[in-house]
Amino acid sequence: MLEVNVDRCIGCGECEEVCSFGAIAVEQDVAVVDYDSCTLCGTCVDTCPEDALTLERSDEVRDATDLDTWRGVWVVAEQRDGKVATVTYELLGKARGLADDLRVPLTAILMGHEIGDKAVDIASHGADRVLVVDHPAFAAFTDEVFGNTLVYLARQERPEIILAGATSMGRSFIPRVATVLETGLTADCTELSIRKDDRALLQTRPAFGGNLLATIVCPDHRPQMATVRPHVFKARPATENPTAEIINVNIPEGLLKSRVRVVESVQELVEGPGLTEAEVIVTAGRGMEDKKNIALVKELAELMGAGVGASRAATDAGWLPERAQIGQTGVTVSPKLYIGCGVSGAIQHIVGIQGSEIIVAINKDPDAPLFDLATYGIVGDVKVILPLLIKRIKKERGIP
Amino acid sequence: MNIVVCIKQVPDARTVKFDQEKGTLVREGVESVINPFDYNAIEAALELRDAFGGQVSAVTMGPPQAQEAIREALSLGVDKGVVVSDRAFAGSDTLATTYTLAKAIEKLGAPDIVICGKQAIDGDTGQVGPGLAVRLGIPYVTCVNEMEILKGRNVLRLKRMCEQGYDIVEVETPLLMTVLATLNTPRVPSLKNKMRARKADIPLWDVSAIGAEPGRTGLAGSPTQVVSTSVPTFDAKKEMLEGEPEEQVDALVTRLKEAGVI
Ligand SMILES: Cc1cc2nc3c(=O)[nH]c(=O)nc-3n(C[C@H](O)[C@H](O)[C@H](O)COP(=O)(O)OP(=O)(O)OC[C@H]3O[C@@H](n4cnc5c(N)ncnc54)[C@H](O)[C@@H]3O)c2cc1C
Ligand SMILES: Nc1ncnc2c1ncn2[C@@H]1O[C@H](COP(=O)(O)O)[C@@H](O)[C@H]1O
Repeated sequence: MLEVNVDRCIGCGECEEVCSFGAIAVEQDVAVVDYDSCTLCGTCVDTCPEDALTLERSDEVRDATDLDTWRGVWVVAEQRDGKVATVTYELLGKARGLADDLRVPLTAILMGHEIGDKAVDIASHGADRVLVVDHPAFAAFTDEVFGNTLVYLARQERPEIILAGATSMGRSFIPRVATVLETGLTADCTELSIRKDDRALLQTRPAFGGNLLATIVCPDHRPQMATVRPHVFKARPATENPTAEIINVNIPEGLLKSRVRVVESVQELVEGPGLTEAEVIVTAGRGMEDKKNIALVKELAELMGAGVGASRAATDAGWLPERAQIGQTGVTVSPKLYIGCGVSGAIQHIVGIQGSEIIVAINKDPDAPLFDLATYGIVGDVKVILPLLIKRIKKERGIP
Repeated sequence: MNIVVCIKQVPDARTVKFDQEKGTLVREGVESVINPFDYNAIEAALELRDAFGGQVSAVTMGPPQAQEAIREALSLGVDKGVVVSDRAFAGSDTLATTYTLAKAIEKLGAPDIVICGKQAIDGDTGQVGPGLAVRLGIPYVTCVNEMEILKGRNVLRLKRMCEQGYDIVEVETPLLMTVLATLNTPRVPSLKNKMRARKADIPLWDVSAIGAEPGRTGLAGSPTQVVSTSVPTFDAKKEMLEGEPEEQVDALVTRLKEAGVI
């Protein structure tokens, strides 16, 4: 809580000036805090020339009785430019089960601009309620506007669990929310369940580059927060006539300000689906030997509706853009099918693909480490195997 | 310009082994290195300093041997470094880590720019950067791939990557950013800096040095608790598809069809 020491405050208004959230104002010569808008960022505390402001970041919850005042499961629905991220449906699918186990409603939080029609879509995938925040401030993504809004709603409604996608967006603004609420946040979960005896959320996540799985709880703080990797959970089929309540909420204008200004948002024309979303990924490694052979990988990917991935050797060689790099210093993927073409399977690469359901390795070296992880291995030359595979799939699809 | 880089010492992925039975990390023989993304954070800090003046401080929270990470940062050209180290910090989750790092950074003096790696390869959360910015009360930008200072305005123009493309954002200092490996190519240490690093006195700051409340650090200050760990088993079928190339491809397509993926 932000406290004003009225004996010290001289009503100079410095705090009002620096507050990005319109949460503090001088009234009758003394600073008054609007707690609904205050994000506890502390800027005013540092600015106050009289040391009249203090920030006691006391935990929201300490004693166990208070824990029971937090109820309900929330899913943060992610959309960009009106397109709902698939992880949102997967989260709803999983969270439905958690909410049923806890016997509480499942609420989806949808923030955006002109996204009203998406609420029904989200409702049909398992939510009991959809809270819709529709405002121009959400047209572009900023951590502060999205984060402050979620903090505001969470303080009002006190959900016991908040889940969001472990996407670039979720991984960016959800830590803001957890820090302001002073609660735990488990990143990149791959399994979630409820511990029966105390309603705790058991959150399992890979650590050390996927070499270790840790199960984590957040026993004394609420909400329990987690980000979840795409493709880990199954979405439920949409229901025809969703009965979910759709509620439009207004957020205090003061919270809808961001110190980061988005000047431009560029959708890059990636061929095929983005890697974190893709169900199938064809990956090129150094074994593709030459830039011109990358065409084989692209052709196969296009045929399969797949994303094109790369090992670092392939991006270093300039064969594919850096954003295609999979692994420790690239993206982590979890497709249904991963096909490594001339990829050796160095640990730094493997840590990025361990969530894949089926791994296919095509490599001319029978001792390549990727074969140890592969569901199916083909020892052979990519320049021979890939054209055959392309031909064979074309035949399946009846493409000449 | 007062620039702070946060670096973490992590186990070298190439030397890490796991005990399948106990489900734990085998600590013996594991070498420690600077988290790979943090080299890019250091490089970004040095480039900003070299272009606009000021000084770069490296901060790490960890055991006393994390001094080696700071020494390496000094050899790369960082001006000064500090290890925040106390038994009371052990078991920190990201919330306790950001509290502790914020206290240390405040002690160093108000920063203009704080730079973190996108994520640490051990914890792998990417939460420390954003959380730290919130603690410091400054805005942040994650996944930065390009940076440019708009001269004289104390404004940074940054390219923030996301799945669908990227955003160009502008933000006034002070700010925090987390950086990708593709932002830059880290330099190699110079002889002069190596010498300086070897002789450098690297302070160790404990709980009282940074004025932290012990109850908010380490295990005590961490809302999350690990209840169990295990080593994942890969029930990889490991089926090698034999025969002539045509037969191999045929076998693969058959299996993928059975699995319903094509
Ligand atoms: C700190 C750090 C971070 C890193 N991060 C990443 C990361 O995020 N992602 C990543 O991918 N790498 C990363 N690397 C690099 C990683 O260690 C490997 O160097 C890289 O993954 C190797 O890529 P590759 O498998 O394509 O190449 P190589 O290891 O050179 O393997 C090429 C393979 O192709 C096979 N081959 C050759 N010709 C043919 C042919 N005609 N037909 C079939 N097979 C053929 C060879 O037998 C070989 O197995 C990182 C390294 C470090 C030190
Ligand atoms: N103990 C630490 N000391 C200093 N910096 C850290 C520490 N832990 C994390 N960081 C910084 O935060 C980034 C992200 O780490 P993480 O959130 O753990 O994935 C790292 O790349 C570092 O820049």
